Amino acid sequence: MITFTLNGEPRELDLDPNQPLLWVLRDHLGLTGTKYGCGQGECGACIVLLDNEPVNACSTPLAAVRERSVTTIEGLSRDGRHPLQLAWIIEEVPQCGYCQSGQIMMAAGLLAKHPRPTEEQIDAAMSQVLCRCGTYGRIRRAIHRAASPEVKGG
Amino acid sequence: MAERMSGSGLSRRAWLKVGALMGGGLVLSLVLPSHAEPVAEAPDADSEGPAPPVGDVNARVAPNAWIRIHGDGRIQLTLARSEMGQGVMTSLPMLLAEELEVGLDQIQIEPAGVAPVYGNPLLGEQATGGGTSTREAWDKLREAGAVARVLMISAAAAIWGVPESECRARRASVHHVDGTRSLSYGELASRASELPVPPTVALKTKGDWTLIGTSQRRLDTPGKVRGTAGFGLDTRLPGMLFATIERCPVIGSRVESWRAGAAKAVPGVVDVLAVRHGIAVVADSTWAALVGRERLVVECRPKSDPGLDSERLRARLRAGLTGRAAVALKEGDVSLALASSAQAIEAVYALPFQAHACMEPMNCTADVRPDGCDIHVPTQAQSAALETARRVTGLPSERIAVHTTFLGGGYGRRREQDFVLDAVELSMMLKRPVQVIWTREDDLQHDYYRPMTLHRLRGGLDAEGHPSAWFHRIVGPSVLSRRDPARVRDGLDPLMLGGAAELPYRIPHRRLEYRRSDSPVSVGLWRGEGYSHNCFVTECFLDELARAAGQDPLVMRQRLLAESPRHRRLLERIAERSAWHGPLTAGVGRGLALIEAFGSLLAVVAEVSVEAGRPSVRRVVCVVDSGQLVNPDAVRAQIEGGVVFGLSATLKGEITLRDGRVEQSGFGDYPLPRFDEMPEVEVTFMESDEAPGGVSGLATPAIAPAVANALSALQGTPIRSLPIRLA
Repeated sequence: MITFTLNGEPRELDLDPNQPLLWVLRDHLGLTGTKYGCGQGECGACIVLLDNEPVNACSTPLAAVRERSVTTIEGLSRDGRHPLQLAWIIEEVPQCGYCQSGQIMMAAGLLAKHPRPTEEQIDAAMSQVLCRCGTYGRIRRAIHRAASPEVKGG
Repeated sequence: MAERMSGSGLSRRAWLKVGALMGGGLVLSLVLPSHAEPVAEAPDADSEGPAPPVGDVNARVAPNAWIRIHGDGRIQLTLARSEMGQGVMTSLPMLLAEELEVGLDQIQIEPAGVAPVYGNPLLGEQATGGGTSTREAWDKLREAGAVARVLMISAAAAIWGVPESECRARRASVHHVDGTRSLSYGELASRASELPVPPTVALKTKGDWTLIGTSQRRLDTPGKVRGTAGFGLDTRLPGMLFATIERCPVIGSRVESWRAGAAKAVPGVVDVLAVRHGIAVVADSTWAALVGRERLVVECRPKSDPGLDSERLRARLRAGLTGRAAVALKEGDVSLALASSAQAIEAVYALPFQAHACMEPMNCTADVRPDGCDIHVPTQAQSAALETARRVTGLPSERIAVHTTFLGGGYGRRREQDFVLDAVELSMMLKRPVQVIWTREDDLQHDYYRPMTLHRLRGGLDAEGHPSAWFHRIVGPSVLSRRDPARVRDGLDPLMLGGAAELPYRIPHRRLEYRRSDSPVSVGLWRGEGYSHNCFVTECFLDELARAAGQDPLVMRQRLLAESPRHRRLLERIAERSAWHGPLTAGVGRGLALIEAFGSLLAVVAEVSVEAGRPSVRRVVCVVDSGQLVNPDAVRAQIEGGVVFGLSATLKGEITLRDGRVEQSGFGDYPLPRFDEMPEVEVTFMESDEAPGGVSGLATPAIAPAVANALSALQGTPIRSLPIRLA
């Protein structure tokens, strides 16, 4: 039995502790916002926050979240109006949208650590998440927007 | 069903038909006059009533709605194209909404089923791709919206007993000019559904547009930032199983034997089955299926194919650079012009296989039952998906429903049917809904790749340094012979010639040849189609000619386009936007490329430097003439994204073969551009009243030659192969 906190709620799961968190979320808990992109920890489509640190859910076994706190895109905000989500809408970031949960969760981890990130800090974090549609320029603008206090309230 | 048929008088392609919705309301449909026996759409929840009597060919048609206005005020607009990031879910309804006089906040989008009226005549099937969606819909959807608006106005005028000229439609209501009366579309819908379709309607003029040409927020964005947008892999059906298929890695090899004991012992694994494409492991979760697959033992024959490797394939193409070939275009006398030119140069260009690498790997969910079949699939090709299911199941078409999910990328890959076949086959065998998931490795190793090609170019300059002769031979496999063999005639595959045949430049003596050279490697449509290889070749070679002539590449293009005002204006603008004739920072090269494709024009200037022995693209300036813009910011996004997509083939990965198998298996060995490699991309639009052109495949082909030309300018040596590797 593995107990952990998921999007603020306590959870208790009796599943193979080796099963990657990605499939636990998607197939057992119905949280399909976290995406499968490569299963190799190289694309970042499955980024979630583990105690506020971005991790690839495809490479994180369920055992690793024991007694810790997991946040997925579904739990980033109660109403879908997290400053990053609002900024993503204002900057019209998504194209196909498949990678965007991972992009937003990576950015959330970045802002948790660096509320006013430098370009270098943004580069270092966001270079871990691939976007085939090429929305990188808009992602940068959206992160700056979300990080400025004057627009934070949306 | 109230049947009021009329040719709209506007559209030669279709007849508009108005009918009543059950429960009150109006439905506006299109009927194709050429289709006497169209495929009927499976009846949906708000089916428009019983089938009309047999005998009236047009009336027999199943509901093929574009617009449904319900008595309760709900307005539903049909989306018949796949949303894969290009923004059709917003831009196509904009065309309907503009003429219907409704706001995008007042509508619901309903995905279309499969029916002839939702077909795409530019592609010959119900499909999305090739930058056709807006071009194909431009007149059709505006006409449909206008007819519905006129019906609403007529209904209001009749109710009030006033002339129609005193009624105005605005935000889903009709208002009388006296300012005292208005009726909502919901209130008018039933009355309007009894009116005849007007023989002609006038479309709004550009000055009256409130949506077209304005940047509208994309309707799919909120779901995509909240994780609620449903992609193919997010499909969940009651009792659904998950499957993954072990395919033989060597191209053309077949399963000889397999042992499933260990796989079946994995908790959650339900079955292991031989299917068309390999051995499928089926389980109650994706993870169990993947673990089961790891324990599977599959022997394939042959185990290797030493003859199938990239070097040998390239050598075979090289042999095709000489000898006979099909002639695609012949103007003047190239041989004579080359022989008599003041200066002649020759070059061979090479491009490798490229994968699509959609972020959402291929997948499909099928539920085959004795009485019908539902397919939930991220597809660019609905009619082909239906046909695939029909062939596998033997069910009649009207019992097969294709539900198009959001697509996590398409780029041509999702025109194919291999993943649909997997799911339908498995669901039929297991009598349960089945979701088939391809791993990233499967996705990269079993793609329909952009073909490997070689090109021989010869160019001649006259005494004034003008290009007088242009010879181009393309050597590569046929893409069309598998997809549509009837269109391959006289040894020519039009898809391989894109951009090479319709060179925008005026050169008096030209010859284009194509030498077909197939291999066992599957090839298919890739973003930008034939342009994605030919534009690199032609735009780089033109720069080689300019260098040989000692001319500025932009000035040479201006001379070659002296008689094309639209192109000349584009070049003037790019010169200005990129400060082409201005000074450059030391160590930075500037390169230009021009493309005319899909009804649009694009000029690109790339500024490139070399950092730690590798090209670094710092700034990209684009000037776009794609006619009238529908949703300008979405077009801008397509140009920005097309640049990045093209940079992957310009600078990053390539697909190579060794011993008969694709060597790449993930983003480690098939790298894509990452965030910190994103150049600054500036996009400027030319004002235009021309009909809209396609844009999704426009920037991808053009960025490669722009970057290559910049590096050539910087280093003084031509770049003739992709991806660019500096010595």
